[in-house]
Amino acid sequence: MNRAALGALLSHWARHPFQLAMLLMGLALATALWSGVQALNAEARAAYASAEELLADGGLARLEHPSGRMPDAEFGRLRRAGWMVSAVVEGRARLGQARVTLLGIEPLSAPAGGTGPALAQADLESFLSGTGFAHPQTLAEMGDNGLDLRPSGAVPVGMVLVDIAQAQDVLDMRGQITRLTLAPDQRKGLTPLAELAPDLTLIPPGEGADLAGLTDSFHLNLTAFGLLAFAVGLFIVHSAVGLAFEQRRGLFRSLRAMGVPLRNLCALLGAEMALFGLLAGALGLVLGYLMAALLLPDVALSLRGLYGAPVPGALQFNPVWAAAGLGMTLAGMAIAGGQALWRLAHLPLLAPAQPRAWAQASARARRAQAALAVALALAALGLAQWGGGLVAGFALLAAALLACALIMPVLLAGALALAGRAARGPVAQWFWADSRQNLPRLSLALMALLLALAANIGVGTMVSSFRATFIGWLDQRLVAEVNVIPRDPAEAARIRAFVAARGEAALPVQRVDATLAGQPAQIYAMKDHATFRDNWPMLDALPDLWDRLAAGKGVLINEQLAHRDGLGPGDVLTLPQLGAMPVLGVYPDYGNPLAQAVTGLDLFAANWPDAPVRQYALRSDAPQALIAALQDELGLSSGQITDQAAAKAMSLAIFERTFLITGALNLLTLSVAALALFAALMTLSGMRLVQLAPLWALGLTPRALAGLEALRALVLAAMTMIFALPVGLMLAQLLLAVINVQAFGWRLPMQLFPADWARLAAGAWLAVALAVALPAWRLWRDGPRDLLKVFAHER
Amino acid sequence: MDQVLRLRDVTKSFGQGDARIEVLRAVSLDLGAGQSLALTGESGSGKSTLLHICAGLEPADQGQVLIGGTDIARCDDVAAAALRRASIGLVFQHFNLIPSLNVAANLAFQARLARRHDAGFQADLAARLGIGHLLARYPEQLSGGQQQRVAIGRCLAVRPRLVLADEPTGNLDEATGDSVLDLMLELSAQAGAALLLVTHSPRLAARCDARAHLRAGRLGPGAT
Repeated sequence: MNRAALGALLSHWARHPFQLAMLLMGLALATALWSGVQALNAEARAAYASAEELLADGGLARLEHPSGRMPDAEFGRLRRAGWMVSAVVEGRARLGQARVTLLGIEPLSAPAGGTGPALAQADLESFLSGTGFAHPQTLAEMGDNGLDLRPSGAVPVGMVLVDIAQAQDVLDMRGQITRLTLAPDQRKGLTPLAELAPDLTLIPPGEGADLAGLTDSFHLNLTAFGLLAFAVGLFIVHSAVGLAFEQRRGLFRSLRAMGVPLRNLCALLGAEMALFGLLAGALGLVLGYLMAALLLPDVALSLRGLYGAPVPGALQFNPVWAAAGLGMTLAGMAIAGGQALWRLAHLPLLAPAQPRAWAQASARARRAQAALAVALALAALGLAQWGGGLVAGFALLAAALLACALIMPVLLAGALALAGRAARGPVAQWFWADSRQNLPRLSLALMALLLALAANIGVGTMVSSFRATFIGWLDQRLVAEVNVIPRDPAEAARIRAFVAARGEAALPVQRVDATLAGQPAQIYAMKDHATFRDNWPMLDALPDLWDRLAAGKGVLINEQLAHRDGLGPGDVLTLPQLGAMPVLGVYPDYGNPLAQAVTGLDLFAANWPDAPVRQYALRSDAPQALIAALQDELGLSSGQITDQAAAKAMSLAIFERTFLITGALNLLTLSVAALALFAALMTLSGMRLVQLAPLWALGLTPRALAGLEALRALVLAAMTMIFALPVGLMLAQLLLAVINVQAFGWRLPMQLFPADWARLAAGAWLAVALAVALPAWRLWRDGPRDLLKVFAHER
Repeated sequence: MDQVLRLRDVTKSFGQGDARIEVLRAVSLDLGAGQSLALTGESGSGKSTLLHICAGLEPADQGQVLIGGTDIARCDDVAAAALRRASIGLVFQHFNLIPSLNVAANLAFQARLARRHDAGFQADLAARLGIGHLLARYPEQLSGGQQQRVAIGRCLAVRPRLVLADEPTGNLDEATGDSVLDLMLELSAQAGAALLLVTHSPRLAARCDARAHLRAGRLGPGAT
């Protein structure tokens, strides 16, 4: 019995292959977008884990000097005092064609547990004699690099593992090391480190700038977008499943009449949905994998640019990811089909199938929908008022968006009723009344379109606002015409003297790493100079801040630190060595994940005299002449010199790459929504014949009817677009004022870009026109033949 | 008498090759203003096809279909629709009312399409059809008999020259069917419209002015 019944149920799809294709495609696309994003996240997280694993750094305590460097004599001194420490040298260097992180370790003293020491110790002799390791991708990127390197998948992409002496040579750090790692088990009764090495800071295991923590917000943003795309895809599935159930109502009645129990029928339909879920899920995983493989190079570059996170550009297949993706698909199918199954189980099969009765039943559903929308809106208001943290921010976003999506059909129905009342001609009256009647069948697709359009407007406004602010900020921050990186203190002194002799200004960039208010941070020095007084952007400041900063009577802090600790001008911040200092002002610091404080140069030099000059920002009226002179007379290499245009271009490139992924996901989401509308219109076109045939009989031509059908879809889409604008702007405001602040610590002013909206509206209109073209054309072409069937079937 | 409908040698077939079926073979008939003709025949004899050809809903293979002198078989889609809108009233077995419009709007619909809407005439028509109290209701809120009265009212409100009715009482019980047919005959005659009624029922056919029988695609004895 079940086999025969299942055959009858599946025969529907054989007769409606297009509907089946839409169902599978909707589910596959939803899965693809979701699992693609998850694949990107998983790949990046795996890379962070392997980076930590390399030295087991996450599990080891470290000793660091605030200047970021210490003499390697410290290593010997502490070893002789009985402390089990190991020296590490780390720095960025250009090797061959690529800039990489060079990691030098001392394999004999390195604590066990890290993959780096394990690699080195496997062939200690050759490691000590200069054979290092790098990921095959890094080796390919570097090309000829002058080092003897072996490929190893255990080394993260973008890193090179060598012996410490070799690293010191390449990084020009002879006699210096970056940090000391402490073995977990130390002998008892040793002289305390605070006494032995008071200049060194002990950083407990797991603290510091861990990549997973820093990049969390980036991944959370991607996840949120993936979830939105998945939800939009589910609208297609919900719509296709709902219509398939509606169309098979007669079949269900016949099967029940012929003795198939309701329980069996529901189980068979459940099995049918699971089968489709598995098929579409598998297809979606393939598409998602391809999408992730396509986007991963951009994500990898963004993460490397923003956080220095080593992420490979090639994707690995992970079975757990595939299983999770498939689970998500089945859950989505269950959500989409659950309502239809529940209806089947609870509603009488002989319920009126008249369209208006259907619409009236939908009116009840619409009232419930409106009530749910109000409840969600109230929840969103509550979250806005009392919620805190990124998760609450996303919950607020989800509640607000869903409330808008749910209330839209109610508002559309009202607008159509008003238009109907204002209509004068019979066709116009019918047009509006009929549009209203068919609204429930299209509302899911329109809700999907609303979400996609609102996401486009919201995210687009956020990115464009960010871009405009960022460019303005870059112009203010990157004022120096030339930036130079000295190789050592002696060269720094030569540069300073050389530039001063030319009557030009050399502004030193000096910093120490520190912990501020319990979080990893950097303290920078700022020379009292017109460059900063005239250009440095401030969000909020006390009067006379520059005089007070120069006099060492306070510090500036970045927005991230101000937001996380609720600090503002006039508040007090405790800094290592400086103690409590008043906050003189807060400055924007986009793209930097760390907290930052700025002191006057004199105060900095008095407290951290050993901090090296990392860079000089040079002011010059003739920058090209200065660059040439630096190269010719001081022998600086072109790699040490960056001009302003190059610095800005590099920063902008990172910015653009970061949002390239957002743009791609935006476009995909809109495509999915257009597909949802196309699927709904195509399916509806078959059901519409019964409603259109009488009008044809009464004297409207198929051409006019096809035109009216197209017009209806375009009018509904236009109404949805109008509604999407305020929803999108609300989304932008939430992203700028809530999500960004929670995720990154900076708030951006919202700017409006009507030209972008016009472009989006034109694009969406075109997508809708394409979606409506085929059903309308079919009605036009086959109109008389198909419409006649309605009358022929009466007999 | 003013000829409203004139068919000359109308033929129609479906399918091709061996599967070709000739549904109508050189059918000719005339119907004058105020006259009624009942068209009977077995299922599949081509009655509805003939009616659809008369309405311009389906093209004839050969022959003339003159509605008040205009050959609807030679009209393009737009001209056929215009002729149908202004001169032909159609009544179907399943009523085919517009579900999104209420009774009043359904009644007025075709007349307004043809720019011939007369509110007084419509009110009078609704009263005579006994649906004056149902004007604000929607089609699914009506019984079958009430829906068919609305369909007749819609068709007559345009003051058509030709009424084409395809089994108009097929979905109604006998008493309701009789009263609906009475109204249709009476109102058509009063309006001076020609009525072509397709029916299975000899009893109903007997109430028309003339009868014709379609057998194997040919009109049998009794054709006027």
